[in-house]
Amino acid sequence: MTVKTIFERGAEGRRAFVAPPAEVPETPIEELIPASARRPTAPRLPEVSEPELVRHYVNLSKRNFDLDSGFYPLGSCTMKHNPRLHERVAALPGHARLHPFQRPAAAQGALELMWDLERSLAEISGLPFVSLQPSAGSHGELAGVLLTRAYHEARGLRRHKVLTPDTAHGTNPATVTMAGFEVVKVGTSADGGVDLDDLRAKADDDVACLMLTNPNTLGLFDPNIEEIAAIVHGAGATLYYDGANLNAVMGVTRPGDMGFDIVHFNLHKTFTQPHGGGGPGSGPIAVSERIEPYLMTPRVTKVDGRFDLDYDRPRSIGRLRGYQGNYGTFVRAYAYICSLGGDGLAEASATAVLNANYLKARLAEVADEHLPAAYERICGHEFCLSGAPMKRALGIATLDLAKRLLDHGYHPPTVYFPLLVEEALLFEPTETETKETLDAFATAIAAILAEAEEDPEIARTAPHTTPVRRLDEAGAARRPVIRQQLNQEE
Amino acid sequence: MSRYTAVTDADREAMLATIGVDSAADLFDAVPTGLRMDRPIALLDGQAEQAVYAHLRELAARNVSTEDEVSFLGAGMYDSYSPALIEMLMERSEFLTPYTPYQPEVSQGGLQVMFEYQTAISELTALPVSNASVYEMPSALAAAGYLAKLANKRSRFVVSRGVHPHARETLRTVARGYGAEVVEVGLVDGVTDRDAWFAAIDGDTAAVFLQQPNFLGQIEDIADLAEVEPVSVCACDPQTLGILRPPGECGIEIAVGEGQTLGNRLDFGGPSFGFFAAAEEHLRRMPGRIAGETVDADGARGFVLTLQTREQHIRRERATSNICTSQALNALAGVVYLAWLGRRGIVELGELLARRALSAVDGIEPLFDGPVLREFAIRFPGADRARVEAIVVACRATGVNPGYPLGRDYPEYEDALLVALTEQRTRADIDRLVESLTVACSAMGEKRREVAA
Repeated sequence: MTVKTIFERGAEGRRAFVAPPAEVPETPIEELIPASARRPTAPRLPEVSEPELVRHYVNLSKRNFDLDSGFYPLGSCTMKHNPRLHERVAALPGHARLHPFQRPAAAQGALELMWDLERSLAEISGLPFVSLQPSAGSHGELAGVLLTRAYHEARGLRRHKVLTPDTAHGTNPATVTMAGFEVVKVGTSADGGVDLDDLRAKADDDVACLMLTNPNTLGLFDPNIEEIAAIVHGAGATLYYDGANLNAVMGVTRPGDMGFDIVHFNLHKTFTQPHGGGGPGSGPIAVSERIEPYLMTPRVTKVDGRFDLDYDRPRSIGRLRGYQGNYGTFVRAYAYICSLGGDGLAEASATAVLNANYLKARLAEVADEHLPAAYERICGHEFCLSGAPMKRALGIATLDLAKRLLDHGYHPPTVYFPLLVEEALLFEPTETETKETLDAFATAIAAILAEAEEDPEIARTAPHTTPVRRLDEAGAARRPVIRQQLNQEE
Repeated sequence: MSRYTAVTDADREAMLATIGVDSAADLFDAVPTGLRMDRPIALLDGQAEQAVYAHLRELAARNVSTEDEVSFLGAGMYDSYSPALIEMLMERSEFLTPYTPYQPEVSQGGLQVMFEYQTAISELTALPVSNASVYEMPSALAAAGYLAKLANKRSRFVVSRGVHPHARETLRTVARGYGAEVVEVGLVDGVTDRDAWFAAIDGDTAAVFLQQPNFLGQIEDIADLAEVEPVSVCACDPQTLGILRPPGECGIEIAVGEGQTLGNRLDFGGPSFGFFAAAEEHLRRMPGRIAGETVDADGARGFVLTLQTREQHIRRERATSNICTSQALNALAGVVYLAWLGRRGIVELGELLARRALSAVDGIEPLFDGPVLREFAIRFPGADRARVEAIVVACRATGVNPGYPLGRDYPEYEDALLVALTEQRTRADIDRLVESLTVACSAMGEKRREVAA
């Protein structure tokens, strides 16, 4: 069913906004702005009443699947429950209506919150110096690689290469290029970890950094991490921890203890900032002492119990965005840490890993023949299956299985990632799901496979119960229509 | 059982049996013994919900928000009113809790919002293509620089000092990574020095950067300044685009801007969103998500993420940007706000701000003579930066925050204060500002020539 856009609704002259009285002389606009700088005709924004506006967007919202309604095991995204408390405290006017240029003396509560969040992230990661500034994980990565550049340059070194495993998130290699380095891929060993021989061969004195996720994007903890760190540090390079998978190890081990120099956190994953349909996120970083001098400005300081912002950091790489970062996400993450405490965070990781291994075992029971594990090992907080046998035997692809899951009321796992697994499916159930939900999900997968044995066409043409049927993505890319054509007038 | 988890002891036992291990600890066998934490995470114990609320409320109470004082602080973020319906929509689970719409069949709400948002931004800027949002203005401006560098393979940027200092600094930080040089052009009478501008631009220049109105609140002749060969980028205040000639009609190739005033909170600086609109030729180098129209298997209109071959998850090291999570929820607020304002409202709001600003500068002599829209600088002749900061503190004692001391970023204007208006600052508030400045200055023996209330 086609739904009108907001631009297709309303009528000329209709409105929701009522301007407050000017209370000043109604100077003609011609006297306010020179003609050359004036807009000749008003932008063709919608003309709708408030009830129309509300109904339009509430009805649109109903065309979304969301975490509050159902299971969302999207691998690598940590779709854990978003407590409503966090929305309430973030909306308190003292946080929500605080101007970013308020003098530090009049923003002590905010700066204390940032300071305590920094200390918490330092303790969780084992790296003592934190900047909350980056806006998302990939922004934190950019910070980390630029810090690496500054670190080497301060030693008179110009290194040109950054190593990333072939299992890496796409943001890693994209970041490396943006930061002016060349990407060198490191292979994956038979057990799903870093290929040590390949790493040794490539870790030469032109390498600035290795970016690593541990557990990696297959959900596997690399047991050789100490040796990896030794090889990388032996080459004089830094070791960067992509914290997208931190939800697997809180309270178990720490990136700093593993030998990492720089880590980013995804507050929207591990620390449950709601994902918002694609943001806002937040990507703070923590670093070791040798990287600290280059951290972004400003930094939060605490002197004699008073908090301040320090802009005077001559060796800093500068800033990567405006103001102090996504403070609203800091409030939520901090509230989460206060709620759980150290033990609760450890419990969250332990349960996330338990849930992932349980779902993996349940799927092995019902679907091992068609959906085998990419690597037969105990997993971390997520695990990767291959849909290749299913495709060969049943004639339905990973995409078809994903679309059929929609009809069962589930969000599918991440599909076709990591790239090195054929027909990959990456499941991340998170710690906030019940055993019953995991059981029901496994049953649904089994039902889809059984159905495909009888009639694969049902999955191939799925979904059947969603607001729209399968969409033509190739057509959209061939002839991009990315804005509505508005009526020409005047 | 900790907060938000649900595994009972009985569950755990059954689950471990299914997995085929004896204990939960066995699930971490791959972690080398020497790397395991031998102590609990050293944080305070978890607290009950009401205790966390009380703690966060106590922290909030130690901030002076725009509800606690009459604030004329701006400098890029403004205390604009956001209608209640936006808060309601942003808190709806269906918008708040999903992620990026990788499964379009169950994400038509979010995808259509993106499409509507792109249409609204495109219309506002008079540029044909918009993405679905980036982080905020300064990083958006820096992203425009990277796009230009990819487009013409040059490595020099020319930026007006009228551009927000945080945006200039962000541009410098990222440009240093790929080895691009950043050259700044100063201001004359509050606007970009025209002669120095054209002199600074050469054949190696990848892009040039302006801001409209500029950081000091002055209107730039961007149509004139954009008549250059490199990619022209302009940061725009969206609340003025109902009355100011849009960047697309001034020869600007990329318009970026801060979306905070479009329905988003101040939030001590974020999250808000940055908008990013461009000429058609830049479509395939745009950073960020883009929603596109298509049809489903039954021929019904639907929306998908499109042109993804630009993006990191497909193109990896050859992506045009590394951005993944952006600011979808804040962009939702943006398009709802623009629809709420509507075609007439955005003009009326712009005119209201400009009229109030004109009336304010009648009472307070501004630093520059040019027309003002919502923000302007005032001077305290002979004052140094510390003196201006002291005036701000003195005003605070009367419940007024008079603005942003320019000396923090502009040594050349260390005797000046940047004063911003929003539609929430009434005539009475403006009178209070004038009175507060007068009192503060006289109390400090400051010259009152410029404060002629």
